[in-house]
Amino acid sequence: MKVLVAVKEVATVEEGFELDGTTIDDRYLEYDLNEWDDYAIETGVQLAEADDDIEVVSVSIGPERAEETIRMALAKGVDRAIRVWDDTLAEAELLDVRTKAELFEAVIEAEAPDMVLTGVQAHDDSFGATGVAVAEAAGFGHAAVVNALDLDADAGTAHVRRELEGGVEELTDVELPAVLTIQTGINEPRYASLRGIRMAQRKEIDVQTLEDLGLDAAIVDSPIELTAMYEPESESNVELFDGDADAAAGNLATLLREKGVGAE
Amino acid sequence: MSDVLAVIDHRRGQLRDVSYELITAGADLADAMGGTLALAVISGDVDQFAETLDRDGIDTIYTVDHGEEFNHDVYVQSIEALYDELAPTALLMPNSVNGLDYAPAIAERLGMPLVTDAIELSYDETLTVTREMYGSKVETTVTVSEEPFAVTVRGSEWAKAEGTGGATIEPFEVSVDESAMRSTVTGFEEVGGGDVDITDADVLVSVGRGIEEEENIELVERLADALGATLSSSRPIVDNGWLPKNRQVGQSGKVVTPDVYIAIGISGAVQHVAGMKGSETIVAINTDPDAPIFDIADYGIIGDLFDVVPALIAEFDE
Ligand SMILES: Cc1cc2nc3c(=O)[nH]c(=O)nc-3n(C[C@H](O)[C@H](O)[C@H](O)COP(=O)(O)OP(=O)(O)OC[C@H]3O[C@@H](n4cnc5c(N)ncnc54)[C@H](O)[C@@H]3O)c2cc1C
Ligand SMILES: Nc1ncnc2c1ncn2[C@@H]1O[C@H](COP(=O)(O)O)[C@@H](O)[C@H]1O
Repeated sequence: MKVLVAVKEVATVEEGFELDGTTIDDRYLEYDLNEWDDYAIETGVQLAEADDDIEVVSVSIGPERAEETIRMALAKGVDRAIRVWDDTLAEAELLDVRTKAELFEAVIEAEAPDMVLTGVQAHDDSFGATGVAVAEAAGFGHAAVVNALDLDADAGTAHVRRELEGGVEELTDVELPAVLTIQTGINEPRYASLRGIRMAQRKEIDVQTLEDLGLDAAIVDSPIELTAMYEPESESNVELFDGDADAAAGNLATLLREKGVGAE
Repeated sequence: MSDVLAVIDHRRGQLRDVSYELITAGADLADAMGGTLALAVISGDVDQFAETLDRDGIDTIYTVDHGEEFNHDVYVQSIEALYDELAPTALLMPNSVNGLDYAPAIAERLGMPLVTDAIELSYDETLTVTREMYGSKVETTVTVSEEPFAVTVRGSEWAKAEGTGGATIEPFEVSVDESAMRSTVTGFEEVGGGDVDITDADVLVSVGRGIEEEENIELVERLADALGATLSSSRPIVDNGWLPKNRQVGQSGKVVTPDVYIAIGISGAVQHVAGMKGSETIVAINTDPDAPIFDIADYGIIGDLFDVVPALIAEFDE
C-alpha cells in the first residue's frame, strides 16, 4: 500500500513587514513546513510504522528552496520525496487550485497511491481547497477536515472523523483510494531525530518537470489574478497601554478593576 | 445569462447562519451582474428550509429532496444537475467545513476557477474578490477573468438577509447515482464537554501559542486565579494537549461572550475570532503590533507576555 503526503513549504510573515506591490519583501518572510502538513506527515509515518507494507511518499510543488522543508519530512520518516518544479511553474504568478489539482493528478497517475494526505489549508494562501480538488481530479473519494483516522486496509476503508464547527464531529467511512485533508491535533507530530536528519541529507529528491509529468505548459495559465495586497484597514480604535511592562500592567489593572474584574 | 446560484448550508436539521448571509451576498452579486439569484437547498427538510429562507431578492429556490444529512457526493451530483439545467455564471457556496468538503470538488468537476473564503465581492464586467492571506495579516484582491466561476463565502462577513420574499419554490429531481457515492456518514458526536463550561464565564484569560511551552501554562493559570477568571485558549494549546478540548475558543471550539476576554499570545486568526468577537471588552497582549487580534481588541499591550503577565499578577496579588 502506498500513501502520498502533500508537503508544502509556506511563508510566514514577520513583525513589521513591508509590502512590495503584490508581494511581501523577502526579508520579512520565514519559510517553514506548513503546520497542517506536519500532522499529515505524522499520520502517514504512523501508518507505515504500524504496517511494513506501507510506503510513504511526499509530494511538493515548489522551488529548490523547499528542499529544506522536504528533507524535514524525510527526516521524520517519509520514505521518498517528489518535488514538482520547472521554469514554467517558477514563472507563474499564482498556482491556483485548479492548476495544483492537475499537477497532483499527474503524480497520482504515475504513483498509483491508495491514499493521499494533504493539510486542511496552507498557512500562506489559505485556499483550504487543494485536497478535495485533487480527489475530484483523480477520481478518488475524499473527506475534508479529518481529525481521527482508523484505516482498515483489507476492507479498503478509512474510518474517519470530520471536525465540524462548534465541537461536533462527523463519523464517516470513506472508500479507498481516497484523499483526506488532515486537521491539526489529529496526532502529535514528532521532532526529527539526529539520525533521521543525517539520513535525510543523503536521500535523493526526485524532481519532476511538467514535461516529465506529461503536462502542457498551458495548465499554469490561470484566470485568477492577484491585483492588490495591503494591510487590512483596522476598524478598531484599540487603546494601547504604553510604557514598560509594569506601567502598562498597572494601567491595565486599573481598567480591569473598573470593569469589576478581580473584585472579591 | 448572468445568474447566481447559492448553495444553502444546514446541519442536523438546522439552517446555519451563513445561509442567510449567502442570500445577501448572492443578491448583491446578482444585482451587479444584472441577473437573478437562485438558491439550492439540498437534503434535510427541504420544504421547511425553503419556506424559512424565502427572503427578499431571491428569484427561485430549488429543493433537492435526498437524504437527511450532508453528504458531499449528493451535493456534488445535485449541484452538477442544477448547473446543467440553469447554467449560472456564479456559484456561491459557504466556506464552512462542509462547504470545503464539496465546493472544490464541484468547481473541479465543472472546470470552474475557484476562489475560497471571500470577505468581499464586487462585479464590474469581471469579478473581484477580497480575501486574506498569511493568517489574516494581509488582505488581497483577486480578479477572475473566466466565467462561470465558483466562490466560497466566509461566515459573518455579510449581513443576514431579511424581509419576506416571493420566491418560487421548485422541487428539483436529481437521480443520485448511488454507485458513485464513495463515503457514508455513520454518526455524529459532541466533543469538548466536561467539568468547566467556558461559555458561562464572565472573565476569560485566554492563552495562545505565544506561551511557547507547556510548563508556562502555569503562569496564565496564576493570572486567572488572581483575577477570579476562567482559563481558555486558542487551538494550538489544545492540539498540543496542554489544555483539554473544553477550553478551546473558536470555530471548532466554543463561542464565548464574556464581559472581559484577555487574549494572551494569540494572533487573532479568523477561526479564533469567530469564537470570541462577541465579547463585551477585548484585551490583547502580544509582542507583534501587526497581530490581527489588535484589529478587534478594545485595549492592548504591545509587549512580551513573560514581562506583562507577572506584572499584572503582582498588581492583583498585592
Ligand atoms: C477548520 C479550522 C478550524 C479551526 N478552529 C480553530 C478554533 O476553534 N480555535 C482557534 O483558536 N483556532 C482554530 N483554528 C486555527 C487557526 O487558524 C490558528 O492556527 C490558531 O488560532 C492560531 O493560534 P494562536 O493565535 O495561539 O497561534 P499563532 O497564530 O501562532 O499566534 C501566536 C501569537 O503569539 C504572539 N507571541 C509570541 N510570543 C509572545 C510573547 N512572548 N508575548 C506575547 N505574545 C507573543 C505572536 O506574536 C503571535 O501573534 C482552526 C483552523 C482551521 C483550518
Ligand atoms: N505547492 C504545494 N505543494 C505541496 N502541497 C501543497 C501545495 N499547495 C497545497 N498543497 C497541499 O494542499 C493543502 C491545502 O492547501 P491550500 O488549498 O492551498 O490551502 C496543503 O496543506 C498541502 O498539503
